[in-house]
Amino acid sequence: MTTAISVKNLGKQYKIGAAQTRFKYGMFREVLVEAAMTPVRIYKALTGKASRGVSNSSSFWALKDVSFDLEEGKVLGVVGRNGAGKSTLLKILSRVTEPTTGEVTVRGRVGSLLEVGTGFHPELTGRENIYMNGAILGMKRAEIDSKFDEIVEFAEVSQFIDTPVKRYSSGMYLRLAFGVAAHLEPEILIVDEVLAVGDAEFQRKCLGKMGDVAQQGRTVLFVSHNMSAILRLTQEAIVLNKGQLLMRAPTQEAVDFYLSSGQAQAGERIWDAEDVPASSKPFTPISLRIKDKNGNVADTIRSTESVRIEFEYQLDAPITGLRVGIYLGTMRGEYVFNSFDTDAPEMFDKFDSRKAGRYVSRAEIPADMFNEGRYSVGVNASSFGVRRYFMDENAIAFNVDISGAPGTQWGEPRVGAVRPRLNWEIEKLG
Amino acid sequence: MTHEPVTVYIKPPKGFAALNLRDLWLYRELIYFMIWRDIKVRYKQTLLGALWAIIQPVLTMLVFTFLFGKIAKMPSDGVPYPIFSYTALLPWGLFVAALNQASRSLTSNHNMITKIYFPRLVLPMASVLGGLVDFAIAFLVLIGLMFYYQVSPAWASMWTLPFFLLLAIITALGVALWLSAINVQYRDVNYALPFLTQFWMFITPVAYSSSVVSEKWQLAYSMNPMAGVVNGFRWALLGSGNGPDASLWTSIAVSFLILISGLFYFKNMEKTFADTI
Repeated sequence: MTTAISVKNLGKQYKIGAAQTRFKYGMFREVLVEAAMTPVRIYKALTGKASRGVSNSSSFWALKDVSFDLEEGKVLGVVGRNGAGKSTLLKILSRVTEPTTGEVTVRGRVGSLLEVGTGFHPELTGRENIYMNGAILGMKRAEIDSKFDEIVEFAEVSQFIDTPVKRYSSGMYLRLAFGVAAHLEPEILIVDEVLAVGDAEFQRKCLGKMGDVAQQGRTVLFVSHNMSAILRLTQEAIVLNKGQLLMRAPTQEAVDFYLSSGQAQAGERIWDAEDVPASSKPFTPISLRIKDKNGNVADTIRSTESVRIEFEYQLDAPITGLRVGIYLGTMRGEYVFNSFDTDAPEMFDKFDSRKAGRYVSRAEIPADMFNEGRYSVGVNASSFGVRRYFMDENAIAFNVDISGAPGTQWGEPRVGAVRPRLNWEIEKLG
Repeated sequence: MTHEPVTVYIKPPKGFAALNLRDLWLYRELIYFMIWRDIKVRYKQTLLGALWAIIQPVLTMLVFTFLFGKIAKMPSDGVPYPIFSYTALLPWGLFVAALNQASRSLTSNHNMITKIYFPRLVLPMASVLGGLVDFAIAFLVLIGLMFYYQVSPAWASMWTLPFFLLLAIITALGVALWLSAINVQYRDVNYALPFLTQFWMFITPVAYSSSVVSEKWQLAYSMNPMAGVVNGFRWALLGSGNGPDASLWTSIAVSFLILISGLFYFKNMEKTFADTI
């Protein structure tokens, strides 16, 4: 077996301070100062005192000391929360940005599906964009010619191939863009979250195409927040956290580790004093947390396990008839349900009035409730028919991972926001 | 795969990066496609379309003819002033359009830069070369003007025209490399560019003849490669002026200096484009 990708002590440092001043797009003064300082910089560069890569307080490592080898024909999953360094790793592998330390040896052409539709121009027709996009991705014209029909067929846009893509529906646009990228046939394919977009049919197609690619013996790096897709498509995975490689293991083990180590954090919302409108007095929200079955704060929870939602708040004065609750909705803005802490009659009687002080309202959402996807949690504190103290429709969001949920053996998306485990019975009637 | 896959080593950049012109050669089709795309979409959703390639130099020529030809009565080397100025406006228009397009080429394609590897040089190069189509269209007007004013072209020197065109392109590319790379970090370029081109036109014999520049300033004057280009165009097409002399070498030298320094500056900044754009 030959090694397709060899990563050794890879590190990428970003200078926060420098990035900030740069992102302000500078001012002419800065150019002049920099120009005046040029002799100093040249002197430093020549004498080897250049400050490149030297760590200081205003820099951070997006990737640090990452090493791994990937053999040809293997499919490797990459998991980690936002900011763990996944994108930085992919950007270095696809040569978009350069590392600060370490080195990578890549054997073969790298294609990536994070570049879907890059270079598409709305005024150009589908045909023109296929050629344009193919050229950007490094395909030769003869190569595009030979793949053209296949791409058009995959994208199902044959009648519109000479229409400017600005007239395409978003689905057509996406299929065409993915079609070009998927037919690039690189030796190494990088896939980053493309499956997060598009309708169910498109996702099925993409997964199918990826499966084909893997079976053709190509090397695939698959990055996703979607654990069930990772489990379906990869045998092995690496877990990144804060720029470091925590583990490399068979996928099931790596995913379990990732989901249980509380790394999937960020499932917490804390309100600063300035976020709270004065009108909400005497009610002050403090924090909202999503916790998994083990009590760890998590932004990805499993459909097969219960979820706990905790809302902490402060009352500066007693309130009568207060109810505190949540609104749960999908990312498309449809409500799944809403619920208040005094919904139950005995709670309603017991908490007729609440004294000043600090409180937490906890709710447990039972297992086998949510379908795959991302959900938003809104909070509300009000006295019915009297006053609404506080409302935040989009306080926090969390992901639901459906591995092990009913019906996952078929690998097809299920419709709707809920995914209950129903007690089916099958009875043979004669 | 029929061919042996290429092995790529990715390492931290050290000092001045090698120019890596091999990669540029591998991506030559991309340059072609970028030019083609720019031309295809340039006049989309405009009423007058490619006529704009003619309108701009012609209107400028009319204003110059009125101001400098009729009112100020500037000498025009014995050629009708409209032709005299239009001949200069051709390469000058190419130069200005190239700077305008190329200085924005990296920032307007930032989604490509942050997502895909390809030699970044492709973008400013395609912008500069894409101006040649407009140049060709505007050139047709010159032929019409020469018929109208019964000016016979200088057949003997016309073969040198491609050379002066090349000099214009090299100069434009050199300046464009500097501007596009600076623009990634400092958007000041967008604001400074109109002034730069305006001042540059004052020191280029577009509206006047370089014969009005006094002898002691001639050397400094020829440091401007565009002066060499404009004089060359007039000489090649109309036979006016003295023809190329030693000062042309100064123009060529400066032009190459700008191009080479621009290439190195661009290459050195290239590695930070994706992070700063």
